Amino acid sequence: MSLLILLFLPLFSALVLAIVGDKKFSYELNIIASAATFVAGVDLAVSVYLGGSMLVWDKYFFVDAFNVYLAVLTSFVSMTTAIFSRRYMKREREKGKVGHRSMRFYHAMFQLFIFAMLLCLLTNNIGVLWIAMELATLSTVLLVSLYRTPGAIEAAWKYFILCGVGIAQALFGTVLLYFAAERVLGEGGDALLWTNLAQYSDKLEPTILSLAFVFLMVGYGTKVGLAPLHNWLPDAHSEGPTPVSAVLSGLLLNIALYALVRCKTIVDGATHTHHAGYIMMGFGLLSILVGAFSLLRQKDIKRLFSYSSIEHMGIATFAFGLGGTIATYGALLHMLMHSLTKSSIFYSVGHASQMHSTQEIDKIKGLIKGNPYVGWGLVFGAMAIVGMPPFGIFISEFLILTATMKDAPWVAPLLLLGLVVAFAAIFKKVQPMTGGPVPDYQKRLKVASVPVILHLVLVLAIGLYMPVFLNNWFYKAVEILK
Amino acid sequence: MLITEQIIIMLAALVLLTAFAMLVQRKMYGLISLFTWQGIFLAMATAFVGYVSHRHHLYISSVLTLILKVILLPYILRELINRLKIDREIETVVNVPITMLIGVVLVIFSYHLTSPVRELSTSATQSIIAIALATVMIGLLMMITRRKAVTQIIGFLAMENGLFFAAVTATYGMPLVVELGVAIDILIAAFIFGIFFLHINTTFDSLDVDQMARLKEE
Repeated sequence: MSLLILLFLPLFSALVLAIVGDKKFSYELNIIASAATFVAGVDLAVSVYLGGSMLVWDKYFFVDAFNVYLAVLTSFVSMTTAIFSRRYMKREREKGKVGHRSMRFYHAMFQLFIFAMLLCLLTNNIGVLWIAMELATLSTVLLVSLYRTPGAIEAAWKYFILCGVGIAQALFGTVLLYFAAERVLGEGGDALLWTNLAQYSDKLEPTILSLAFVFLMVGYGTKVGLAPLHNWLPDAHSEGPTPVSAVLSGLLLNIALYALVRCKTIVDGATHTHHAGYIMMGFGLLSILVGAFSLLRQKDIKRLFSYSSIEHMGIATFAFGLGGTIATYGALLHMLMHSLTKSSIFYSVGHASQMHSTQEIDKIKGLIKGNPYVGWGLVFGAMAIVGMPPFGIFISEFLILTATMKDAPWVAPLLLLGLVVAFAAIFKKVQPMTGGPVPDYQKRLKVASVPVILHLVLVLAIGLYMPVFLNNWFYKAVEILK
Repeated sequence: MLITEQIIIMLAALVLLTAFAMLVQRKMYGLISLFTWQGIFLAMATAFVGYVSHRHHLYISSVLTLILKVILLPYILRELINRLKIDREIETVVNVPITMLIGVVLVIFSYHLTSPVRELSTSATQSIIAIALATVMIGLLMMITRRKAVTQIIGFLAMENGLFFAAVTATYGMPLVVELGVAIDILIAAFIFGIFFLHINTTFDSLDVDQMARLKEE
């Protein structure tokens, strides 16, 4: 039941918000809908935690420790983003950056996007997973182009074309997977179900599955934002509205990685080799290095943090590729910590750029004096994202690094290089923005401080003390992915 | 070999042929009619595969293809071109011989890549998966080499034709839920292009993608 609510509430809310349009209360309605979705997510998680994995609705939906934690995360970040977007988007509306019709559109598409992501996570059918991923792409294309500026249109077009090409490769991979599965499991929908594929993976033809994985890797990898297919990501993040950047970085990249990891478990089961893992490690490492070194050259604050997303998704992909208990645990934790931290950073960044009416790093100054919530939010967010203890990302990066030292010591220096460069680059850029006197062009604004604080407190709390239920949860997920 | 199988192979060859023709077609309307023809061949091939293999759900897929790719999408594209008044626009194609050569290389590459699939496939249409992959790749090539937004979208749709063809010939089509979902996605995508073309046209005063090169790294 909670699964039904979790899935169809966003879809229903999208319809309602499309009908009521741009009213004074639609901002609050958006928050209420997302909060209710979050409650349903928690409820579902509790029943999975107590009762184990389950199949719902004639095997069409499947919930286990791996996807339910991402579902809770997705609904949680959607909720806080809705809270943040109330103040943020109202101001954009007042400034005339978005019109009456765009605002209606924004709310409806936001909810539709949440629906698409949750469908990706909860469906048991890899074909439906592909469809939902495409739906998520299409709804965000329209969100990225919301401002209708030449930059926004260009970014959305690039995003659409690149991810369209990528996702087509993923569909070809899915067809190949179905081709192999159909010979074992028979024709029809059953051959596309995760649960069946996982059960019979060792009977699937290994050569076809390795071929399929290459296509799936390129396809879903584009969506994860892995180098060298990452070009759409900084543009889409910097030109779209900030709440959209927060959910793109915080959620959509995770969902694409989720799809990739699920495919990997099936391929591993069939091939009995580590090839898929090596491919993921390669893409991951390249993304870490490309992301870290690109950070140094950024002049736009939102582009800066979108490159940091590329770097962090690279770390998680690398860790999943490495495999083993510690690395997989680290990767799961890293996905969670990165989502919370990155979305909180984007909230601060959004307010900072509104205060200065620009996204240029050079023109943003004196944030701490101007507004402590924004300034300290950005400082602590940056500390968390570069992996300073005691924040949670330190733990996940430390785990991943330990596993690398043990299983693949020859790549550890490269990994470490990426982390150090990212550390230096982010600090060099953030320090001048937060310190110093307030420039005269800075505006005083009321900000949405709750989401920022909430996210950072969670990241800090998990860094200091790992709750038992979360720990158990991750171990169950690691067991599934082994 | 049965006559129906021969027909399927011929239709597959025609799908590939239209893909090559699209690669070098310069006129907008010409491109759309080529796309329409590709859809017709695809629908016919699907129906024949359904007939040979006695999978009657493929008839539904065939009709769906006919409605979506032969009637609806070409209609939407023509409407847009009329409304934006770009019907007379002619696009120069970068170096036709080289583009064609790359296309040929892609076909050979596809044959090589799909060899494990062909070895395992028992269906009479086994070698068609290579043609399907080649169609996907040529669609991709078209998206990269062309400069107009409309042409890029037709490349995208041609690529999707190739994917559909692969599903039909390798596995007698994906399950119906998936196929319907994909069709709906394509339709939504088509409406989005429509909105987009209007925006691009008003913002950049043309549908030339070269205009869109502001977002670059220094």
